[in-house]
Amino acid sequence: MTDLLALHGVTKRFGGVVATHDISMQVPHGGIVGMIGPNGSGKTTLFNAIVGYHPVDQGSIMFDGRDISRLCVPEIARLGLARTFQQTRVFGNMSCLRNLLVSVPHAREGLAAMCTRQAPEVSARARQMLRFVGLHDHQAQLAAELSFGQRKLLELSMALMSEPRLLLLDEPTAGVNPVMIESLIALLREINARLGVTLLVIEHNMRVISQLADYVYCLAHGELLAQGTPPQILGNREVIDAYLGGAQP
Amino acid sequence: MNPKLRARRRLASDVSITSAAPLSGLALCAGGLGVAMLPWLFASITTQATFLWLMVLFALTWDVTGGQMGYNSFGNIVFFGVGAYVCAIAQRDLGLGYFPGLATGTGLAALAAVGMALVLGPAMLALRGHYFAIGTLGLGIAFADAAAGWDFIGAGSGMALPLFPGAPGSRQHFFYYAMFVLATATLLTLRWLYARPFGLALNAIRDDEDKAEALGLHTTRYKILAWCVCALFLGPAGALTGNLVGFIDPRDLAFSGATFGVWMVVMAILGGKGTLWGPVIGAAIFHLTQELFWTYLLNWQRVALGVLIMVIAVMFPTGIMGWLRQRGARRSSAAGSPVP
Repeated sequence: MTDLLALHGVTKRFGGVVATHDISMQVPHGGIVGMIGPNGSGKTTLFNAIVGYHPVDQGSIMFDGRDISRLCVPEIARLGLARTFQQTRVFGNMSCLRNLLVSVPHAREGLAAMCTRQAPEVSARARQMLRFVGLHDHQAQLAAELSFGQRKLLELSMALMSEPRLLLLDEPTAGVNPVMIESLIALLREINARLGVTLLVIEHNMRVISQLADYVYCLAHGELLAQGTPPQILGNREVIDAYLGGAQP
Repeated sequence: MNPKLRARRRLASDVSITSAAPLSGLALCAGGLGVAMLPWLFASITTQATFLWLMVLFALTWDVTGGQMGYNSFGNIVFFGVGAYVCAIAQRDLGLGYFPGLATGTGLAALAAVGMALVLGPAMLALRGHYFAIGTLGLGIAFADAAAGWDFIGAGSGMALPLFPGAPGSRQHFFYYAMFVLATATLLTLRWLYARPFGLALNAIRDDEDKAEALGLHTTRYKILAWCVCALFLGPAGALTGNLVGFIDPRDLAFSGATFGVWMVVMAILGGKGTLWGPVIGAAIFHLTQELFWTYLLNWQRVALGVLIMVIAVMFPTGIMGWLRQRGARRSSAAGSPVP
């Protein structure tokens, strides 16, 4: 079976700075793949390259057998590739429910659909999605008034509302309290198992990664440092050095 | 209904304020009757009232991009001016009678304005934030100067429009109703659009355009469509206003960025941008105050207007609708119910 997402030799430069260099990775259908690395190692740059924010300089990005490295952001999103942001982005001056209503898949949307009332099933599904992430009591509340953790959950539910095939999560547990992290991990596993969404997760928290991911890639200085199962990565000397600032070559 | 209760109900609802209570329906009927009878009851202010409907239309159309979509345009006056000139040319050159000429001209004005939005939209709407505001400001100035230098449309000396054929006084009545119908059509169309995915998408673009793109929204298509909606109503408004005044001056009427162009922004902000009724309320208050300034503070009316604009910006940054909502929120929190 082919991989859902496959990167081959992806290089991205900003002027003289090589942000990611010759990175190849595979995300299989239905898997949960983790990506770790110290700050500034190029994880988010790679994410932005995948979703089309910056065109890559070299290499190819294949999504379900199709080259997406030249497409723009909304086109890629409409193929079923959703992402959440490290800084958590929601539509602050809209209610939680309206945040979800606008997040429906836009792939088949024509001019007429913009001016046609949404079917009742859509709002039923939006409410169901809010219940799924535990925000059903907040549906009329403005998204800006939610707590940080609640905004993370809202952003996650928005991504799910768009019926993605692949979900890219940029540090989903950063800034979330430890109790909530547990339920977030359970939720992400459920999304993967029940809804069949493939996940690619950037994470600093090793405990989260080892509980969540089947396979992990580690980046350092824009290059792929190591890859393997979570136990392999946790035992890797180079990874520990990169994180703890050990002797650099 | 108790206004307190109504404010709370509005706050709790997830839909924008479009649901009409029976009482407001009654008020609407009474208001409609008053509006229809106005030219007979207060004949002396018919022209001022016509301009009130124009101001309502200005504020409503500005709010489509400025309030709902977060794109502060200072160039919407371009569509108004293009509409005024296109209609005048059609009336001058097509050789139809007065009313057929006016009807054709108004239709062509709408088409030309929408065409202009389609042509300018892709380039201008690629600018964001302050750059869009500055870019559209330049657009208005460029059009005014171009019109003032083009002999085909009378250049700096402007264009005179054909005389109204009816009895004296009937001209004011005719344009009063025409402008009222146009402003009402604008309000109803926008209300209809805002309750659909179009409204959701505009608000999403306002709150975070990058996020909207990341969700796969056709952001460019929505933005251009929104500007076309503005143009669709501003073009005919220009056509009617040219005929109402009887003379088109390129800088003082058609592309009057410093007056109409700024007023439409001020009115929408005063009433509360991003709401359906805010611009209507803002336009009414602004127009009334302005007429009072003209009447009682002659020679100082521009100064008073400038002070009013400053007071609005400082005291009502979220507009009257925003102020009412905040008050409603404070009251409901004082009553002990959870603040959303």
